[in-house]
Formats: sequence, C-alpha cells, structure tokens
Amino acid sequence: MAESLLAVSNLTRRFGGLLAVDGVSIAADEGRITGLIGPNGAGKTTLFGLISGFIPPNEGDIRYEGETITRLPTHERARLGIARTFQIVQPFAGLTVRENIVVGAHLRHRSRADALAAADVVGREVGLGGMLDRPADTLTVAGRKRLELARALATEPKLLLLDEVLAGLNPTEIREIVPVIRKLCDRGITIMMIEHVMQAVMSLSEHIFVLAEGRIIAEGAPAQVAADRGVIEAYLGHGAAKKFGAQA
Amino acid sequence: MKGIAPILLVVAVLAAVPLVVHSNTALNFLVITLLTALAGQGWNILGGYGGQYSFGHAAFFGTGAYVTAILQVRYGVNAWPGFAIGIAAGALVGAIIGALTFRAGLRGSYFALVTLAFAEVLRILASVAPVTGAGVGTLIKLDLHASALQFESRAVFYWVILVLLAVSLVIARTIENTRFGAWLIAVRENEDAARALGVDAFKVKLGAMTISAAITAAAGCFYAQYFLFVDSGIAYGTRMSIEALLTPIIGGAGTVFGPLVGALVVKALGEVATYVAGDAPGLNLIVYGCVLVLVIAFAPRGLIGLVTGAGRRLARGKREVAHG
Amino acid sequence: MFSPVILIPAILNGLMTGAVYALVALGLTLIYGVLHIINFAHGALLTAAMFAAFFAFRLLGLDPYVAALLIAPLFFVLGYGLQRLVIGPASRGDDRNMLLVTLGTAIVIENVLLYAFRADTRTIDLPYAFQTIGVGFTFLAIPRVIGFAAVFVVALALWAVMNLTDTGKAIRAVAKEKLGAELSGIDVPHIYAMTFGLGTACVAIAACLLMPTFYVNPTVGEAFVLVAFTIVVLGGMGSVPGALIGGLIVGVVESLSGLFLGESLGQIGIFIVFIAVLLVRPTGLFGAKA
Repeated sequence: MAESLLAVSNLTRRFGGLLAVDGVSIAADEGRITGLIGPNGAGKTTLFGLISGFIPPNEGDIRYEGETITRLPTHERARLGIARTFQIVQPFAGLTVRENIVVGAHLRHRSRADALAAADVVGREVGLGGMLDRPADTLTVAGRKRLELARALATEPKLLLLDEVLAGLNPTEIREIVPVIRKLCDRGITIMMIEHVMQAVMSLSEHIFVLAEGRIIAEGAPAQVAADRGVIEAYLGHGAAKKFGAQA
Repeated sequence: MKGIAPILLVVAVLAAVPLVVHSNTALNFLVITLLTALAGQGWNILGGYGGQYSFGHAAFFGTGAYVTAILQVRYGVNAWPGFAIGIAAGALVGAIIGALTFRAGLRGSYFALVTLAFAEVLRILASVAPVTGAGVGTLIKLDLHASALQFESRAVFYWVILVLLAVSLVIARTIENTRFGAWLIAVRENEDAARALGVDAFKVKLGAMTISAAITAAAGCFYAQYFLFVDSGIAYGTRMSIEALLTPIIGGAGTVFGPLVGALVVKALGEVATYVAGDAPGLNLIVYGCVLVLVIAFAPRGLIGLVTGAGRRLARGKREVAHG
Repeated sequence: MFSPVILIPAILNGLMTGAVYALVALGLTLIYGVLHIINFAHGALLTAAMFAAFFAFRLLGLDPYVAALLIAPLFFVLGYGLQRLVIGPASRGDDRNMLLVTLGTAIVIENVLLYAFRADTRTIDLPYAFQTIGVGFTFLAIPRVIGFAAVFVVALALWAVMNLTDTGKAIRAVAKEKLGAELSGIDVPHIYAMTFGLGTACVAIAACLLMPTFYVNPTVGEAFVLVAFTIVVLGGMGSVPGALIGGLIVGVVESLSGLFLGESLGQIGIFIVFIAVLLVRPTGLFGAKA
C-alpha cells in the first residue's frame, strides 16, 4: 500500500506545563474516513490545529502526499488541499450564505463569476440550495454546520478535517447530514473526523484512533476499538471495563 | 455584482454643483468636505472593508502633504509629479507600518494603539526636523497656474478633489467585485476561518493597508496644494486621524459611499454647531464625539447601514406577508 | 554627560515621575484586566481631573493633596457612570465598538474642556513647590517626593480593596471568568462599572499629584495616555506589578532620553519603546495574552 495521504509522526505540543499532544502518530489513508475519538480534553482539537497549521508543534512531523509540511502556514496547507471545519462554527456574519461559500471557492477560481458558479454547485451539494441568498447569521445550527462544510468543500480539498461537525444536531439532523458526508468520501475526498456522536462515527469510519490525555491509546476497526478495555476506561473511568465485563 | 453606474451618477451630480453654486464660502465648505471624504475613503479600505481600525491615519495624510510641499519648496520639483510622489510616499509608509504590525500579528486595540504611536512619532519628528521647517512649517509659494497645480477659481479645485474622490469610489467598488475584496472582508469577519480557507491574511491586510495609505495620502497632497501651508500639527495631528475614522463609521463602514455620506453629515453638523454656538475651539469635535458614540449605540452600521437595514426588514416583511 | 552628578538626579527624577505614570497606568491596567478593553478615554479623564485640581486650588484654596480626597471619589462616581450609562450600553460587548466608544468619549471630554477653558496652559503655585530635601549630593523637590510616596500608599490601598473586600473579590472573579461569575450571581455590569470607577479614581489621584510640578491644558492628557499605554504594554496588560515596575522604567527612560536627546525628542524615546514592545513581545514583562 502506498504511503498514507496524511502521516503524522511523533507529534508533540506543550502549553506551558501541560502536554496537550504527546508523541502522537496517526495516518489517514486516501479515500477513507478515519475517526478520531476520545474523552473531552484529550487533545483532539489541538491535534487538528497542529495538522492544519494553526499551532506549531514542539516535536514531530507531518507529511502530506509524501511531502513534509510541518512548518507550512495554514493558507499554504489549504492550497495543497487540506481543509478543516471548526468546532464552534463561525460563519462570516455580515455576508449571505453564497458569499460565505465564495470565499472558499476563490481559492481555486480567480474570477468572481467562476467563484459564484462554483459556490452555487457546492451549496446545492450540501443541501443549502434554497438558502443561498439568505444572510448567514439567520441559519439554524444545522444550517450553519452545512455552511461550514460547504465553505471547506469549495476549496476543493483532498483531505477534509471535520471537527465535531455533528455536535449540537438533533437525531433527525444527524440522519440527514451523514449521507452527505458519506457521499463526499465516495467522491474521493479523504476525511478525518473528530466526533462524540458514537453511533455516527462508528458507522462512518473505516479506521479509528482513540486519543486520551494527549496520547493514542487504541486504533483499529470500529468494532475492535469499541471493545477495547482501555478505551472504555478512558471514557467511563477506571474499573468500568471490569464492571461491564469487557474483553481485555 | 454591483456596477459603477451609481458612482457615475453621484459624481455627475456633484460635478454640476459649481455651475449653480458660486459663493466662495460654499465652495470652500464643499472642497473641505470632499477632502475629508477622500481621507475617510482611505481609512474605509483598511478599516471598513478590512476591519483593522487604525487610529493614526494622519501618518499617511501628513506624509502626502509634506512630501508634496517639500519637493516643491526645497527641490524645485513641479507640483504634478510632486503630487504623485507624495501619494507613493504615503503608500510606502503604509506598507512599512503594515508589514511591521501585521507580521507581529497585532490586531484590534493593539493595532489601533500602534498606529497611533507611529503617527505621534512622525509628528514629533516633523516638529523638529529642519527639512520640514520644524516648528514653523512649510509654506508653498503662491503661483496660480495649472502647471503648479494651483487655481484661481475654487471651482477648479473642487473638480480636482472630485476627480480624486471619484477614483477612490471606483477603487472601493472594484475591491468589492474582486477576489481580493472577498478575501479582505473574510479576514475582517473571521481571520482564522479565512486562513483555513486558503487566504493569506498577511498579504491581504498589507495590500489593503497600502491602498488605504495611498488614498489618504492623496488627500494630504491636495491639502498642501489648496492651503499652501503644512506644519506638524496639521499633517500628523490627531484631528485628521479622527476625521478619517469618523466619516466612514458614521456614513457606513465597508460601503462605497459611506465616507462621502459621513463627511457631508459631519461637516454639516459642524457648521450648524458653529452657527448655533459660535466659533469656539473644540465645539466641532464635541459634536463629532457625541455623534460617534450615538452612531455606535444606535446605528452601528452607519447611516447607510440604517437605510439598507430598514430596506431589508421591509423586504423580509413583504416576503412573510406573501407567504403567510 | 555621563558623570554621576548628572545621571543620578536624572534617574531619581525619572523614578519619581515614573511613579506617577505608574499610577495612571495602574488605572488603565485594572480596567483592561477586568473589562478587557483599552480605555482610550483615560487621558481625557486625567486632563479633566487636573483641571478639577486646578480649580480646587484656585477657587477653594485647597492644596492638591487635600483636594485629592474630594476629587478621587468624585471621579470614581464619574467613571462608574460613564461605564454603566454610556460605554457599556453603547458598545454591547463588541470589541471594535468599545474601541470607538471610548475614543468618542475621549474626544467629547477633551473638547468640552477646550471649549470651556480655552487652550491656555495653567499651573498652580504651591508655596512649598520648590522646597527640596537633600539626598546624598542631590536635592529632590518635595512635591515629587510626596507624589512618590503617595503612589505606593494608593497601590497598597488598591491591593487591600482587591483582596480584602467583597467587591474586590468579585472584581477578581469577573476578571478571571466572567461567565462563571455571572452564574454565581455577581452583577457583572455593576462590577464593570466599579472597576472603571476605581481606574478613574486612580487617574484622579495621579492628577492631583501631578499638578504641583506640572501644568494643565486640554491636550496634556493625550501625551500622558500614550505614556500610560506604553507602560501597560511593557508591564503586561492586566498586571498590577507590571504597571508599577513599567512606570518606573518608563519614567527613567524618559528622563535619560530627555537628557541625551533634548526635551522634544525625549518623548520619542517612549514611543519607540512602545512600538518595539508591541512588535516584539506584546504580552509585556508580566502579562497574560491579550
């Protein structure tokens, strides 16, 4: 098998005395959905910040498409095809939905006309077709999540980092957005997603990494990871695995 | 996409004004108003569209004014190239300040503070440097010929400043219609989200700062030609920094016509205040300060924002009635 | 120029001036630490307080150190009112709006003073203004020594308020974690206003300490506010020890650069330090991130 699209090795990040990310090595294989789970405060969003270039690592490297990108600024990584969404969605408040998506589209289209056309296509793809002219700040939470997705998609990424894109959505909204994500994968986009909605991440991902206290404590197929004693204890506390009779 | 037709219309109407208004006082008032609008349009590019609030735009105004004046007075350069060089000098100062501050990642209040400091440093230097005439200032010799960019008729000065303003309006509209503008506005709304979408925030802010400085410098160059006298207080004093900021905020930051509307309102209010309470120092600025606070409190998107906001609410209301 | 006979008095004078600067900066850093805004109206409030001290002397015959006991509470109320009634409501918590509203307030205050009192420079003449006490081989002006001591008394009083009173504890809670404080039942707008009032009171006391050795005109606050900003940025936004130490450092820098570069260029030394600190280490010597 060829080298993964994204290969993170031994990444470490300290904030003062706190070791937020500790020697983490993960990979995202091309064309697949990789899940990143773990209890709150495990360092998942920090890891995304490191991969997308917002935070510089103290140690380790990041390779993308075989090239080292560890010191590259965020906007350069976006140009290479790494897009990310944010945990706390922040649309460009004063603009319409379409104008929001256009900002992303402009990465690949210089002319405004082309960018507007591309934005329309992407907007329809995520299901916002009827709301393109509305001000972005009038969208519901579910709408804003789709907008966040659309903006990132408009940059035509090869690797899409989704940070809790399902957070704050009710079961119906989740049921509606999951197929959208799956379709992106079918299109060939590699996805890595941080998620707390277990059912969704288990059913979408082909490979999962579990992060706790800054370290990878387990990885593998969803079923494997779900039964892992260490994972259960990380979420439910020490001794929980025994209590629930899990296999070691 | 918005076109330049509204700009052409407004400029045409303004151009016709001297054909009916002949009073020198009135024309003088209009020239000063358009001058302030031009300085404000410069601020608007960086502050209105870009969201970076500079409290020291006088740095560019003063550089334009001094360079134009000094080149003529000390080096015998003709006023026309002097004007162009003044604009370029202002743009250069903008690029330098921008490169330093944006490279250091300064935003918000810190950015405002540092721009204030730069303007103050320039003011102090200008008040002691021999080349600027130090405390005495620089006086341009009266030479009422077009070749020296001076005119006997105030109407001609009016048309000159109008042309400069028109160019700045077109620049603003062009920015709105291009990728640069979309990126600039994105940086204003949320710089981190913009970076994640591939926007080189540093380059975009620097570009906006340079254009902004050039436009405000042009206002400074014109000031020198119109008043024929520049000193450190006029050039780099806080008054110009305040007026450059005030006019777009009151008129509507991030819009093409905001600074013009703001300048008209601000200057008109100033005249009213003088008429009512006499010509006392500080009166104008008291009015300006109050208007600033009131606008932020009740119309944070400026007067134009007030109008378009009302229009939008009306449209939404009609839509709801139609569907209801 | 480098002889100790000239340098040491310059440094000592710098320290004494710096102490008063520190008091001005203390008010600013307090407001920043709690409200997270840079109060652009600070300089104008200083000017207003200096005028108040001037008129207290001229019309009521009050020694400025005595007048401080009146003026400080008065300005506390003024500051409280400004934040509660003008700045807070007008800006609705938005950073950019707060910048502009405090700027607008500064413009109004300064120009009301200009309109009312014209641009003339005024001074007060205390009978003991030029008396000195001997320290080693040099002499220090009494008002400046009093000023120096007073600043530390005020700093101590402020420390006491912050750590020993309920209001002070509430202020520290809001500074640390506004939402948590709100949820605990603390009236945040009231605390904001109290903080603004305290910061303004500091500035008022500084004004009274300055009057004997300085002068007042409507624009004098502007010069001080940039110095105060420099100190706050140098010492770290929100840090009280930072403001004190930063003030002393800046006072000495100003005194020495005035010595070497002359009066007008002396001010430049401060601004250059200011710009340099912002560009290189915006968090200052002691501060947390902005």
